[in-house]
Amino acid sequence: MDRFYWSDSPLKSDESLVFQQTGVRLYDGDKKTKFDRGLLILTTHRLLWRDPKDQTCTVALDLPLVVFLEEKPSGFAKSKPPGPVTSSVYNFVLLSFREAGETQFFRSFQEALTQKRWLQSSIPVQVAAQSSIQNRQIRTGITGIERKMQAKNKQMEQNISEAFEDLSKLIDKAKEMVDLSRTISNKIRDKQGAITEDETIKFKSYLLSLGIPDPVTRETHGSGAMYHMELAKELSRVLEKPLQECGGMMSLTDVYCWVNRARGMELLSPDDLLNACKMLEALGLPVRLKIFDSGVVVLHLLSHSEEEIILDTTKLLEEKKSLTADELSQLVAVSVVLARERLFATERVGGACRDDSTQGLRFYPNWFLTRPV
Amino acid sequence: MRRRGAGVGAINKSKLAQTKYKDKGYELAADQLEQMSKQLETFRDHLEQFASKHKSDIRKNPQFRQQFQEMCASIGVDPLASGKGFWSEMLGVGDFYYELAVQIIEVCLSTRHRNGGLMSLEELRDRLAVSRGRSQQAQDISLDDILRAVGKLKNLGNGFTVIQVGRSFLIQSIPGELNMDHTTLLQQAQVTGYVTISFLVENVKWDEERAHRATDHMVKEGLAWVDDQAPEERQFWFPGLWSGISA
Repeated sequence: MDRFYWSDSPLKSDESLVFQQTGVRLYDGDKKTKFDRGLLILTTHRLLWRDPKDQTCTVALDLPLVVFLEEKPSGFAKSKPPGPVTSSVYNFVLLSFREAGETQFFRSFQEALTQKRWLQSSIPVQVAAQSSIQNRQIRTGITGIERKMQAKNKQMEQNISEAFEDLSKLIDKAKEMVDLSRTISNKIRDKQGAITEDETIKFKSYLLSLGIPDPVTRETHGSGAMYHMELAKELSRVLEKPLQECGGMMSLTDVYCWVNRARGMELLSPDDLLNACKMLEALGLPVRLKIFDSGVVVLHLLSHSEEEIILDTTKLLEEKKSLTADELSQLVAVSVVLARERLFATERVGGACRDDSTQGLRFYPNWFLTRPV
Repeated sequence: MRRRGAGVGAINKSKLAQTKYKDKGYELAADQLEQMSKQLETFRDHLEQFASKHKSDIRKNPQFRQQFQEMCASIGVDPLASGKGFWSEMLGVGDFYYELAVQIIEVCLSTRHRNGGLMSLEELRDRLAVSRGRSQQAQDISLDDILRAVGKLKNLGNGFTVIQVGRSFLIQSIPGELNMDHTTLLQQAQVTGYVTISFLVENVKWDEERAHRATDHMVKEGLAWVDDQAPEERQFWFPGLWSGISA
């Protein structure tokens, strides 16, 4: 927020008022500033913020410095602007509209930026520039430092604008690819264009490279991309031991953390992990994916038996008289989520009874079945 | 000779035509695939060029990152879909977000006993900043970055969801549904960090039974703490809504 400057209220000679809105707060990047509940004024040349309690307190920003403007659900952000802070980590500022009015302000602001009225009155600006050149360039002291920072910021500004431009061009090219892939997908779906198995696999890998979701080929051509199949094999190999060590079952989020921490680089995306796990069964690997009714997703060893777990849990319940998921998780050294699933599984076969209260969810051995009346 | 539109001859002719068209269709698709393969190579080159100039911008500049994500979304591309994707490999966006996701999981796990699996977006960001450290490598994490990383975690089935409460966001990291009443409750609690039954009855116009049901659910799930030492009536506090870091 270091592009704003203190200003006196009156507008300059060719500057005119475009729009104003009360109840606006300025944010330096994501940080709140003390400029709250003020009057935000948009002119043809600048953006001003005035403190309603102290009319002389006004901060201003020259519109030419605004590189980019967008609306966010709660207020909107501009890049490069900011105010009376000598230096700022952020290169954007947020305007928070406490009393609404943001849509219209946004529109007026965009219009003002496109119209660029400040360019029309170039003469007074040139005069100012000349006189500043005549002043000695101060290189040392605070002013020197400030000047250096300004120059650096300006450089960064230019870099970022260039980056945005390059990005737009890149995305345009990507769009062409997306359109082409869609045409091909449509052809395959409408059965107007058949391609061989090999070609399907190639096509899938193209889609994966670009990050295009792939509903068509997945439906009609069962197997996933080569990458996911290889990944599935790798996962099964790598996870066998850790799974054995932690009771035969691990939640998918734990697997995600474990695998990525082990890799260090070239991390897996959550989608990669999920897609690979979906292929475990088809490939006949000893590690399998399981989705519980509650929505919890785990990987477990094939050799891991559900019945054993239930027997184990029932025994523990008898011993301890009652258990919550937290208590069980500590006893058996599994995560709370998995402990809960064990209790649910035991309950489903009638081995446990639940007591649901504000004190929490507690399970008891099922005396309705086991104790004689 | 007059062309007949009916009869065996006509049927055979149309069948022949259909097969021819199908073959043509086959050719067309294969051609297009060939074309796509070539275009992909060119695109890869462009992406490499872009990466050599701007890869560090993506890492260092949260706003640029967000812009990048939005533009990809606008053309129907998900740059975070796979670690094997071009975007991930060449721009390094993948590693950035996937690692962030791991850290988010760890932070949520470590605070679950305190807030029941519900945390404000700002608090999550602050905790992440602490755990990532103040080294040169630690980049600015924006709220948008966190939202995108959490969005990707949804499919792992551990209940990662983003809940909008008023103007801000809460991150839920346990399975379990929060219905409209619960969200309203959270919204009411946002200002002071707590609610009471009478507050709910007065401000949201619920009847007592409904207010009790909602608060009971929150307590049961561990999202709210009961305070019976308050002067007038029982207060329900929500640690998940407390921003800022406490030991």
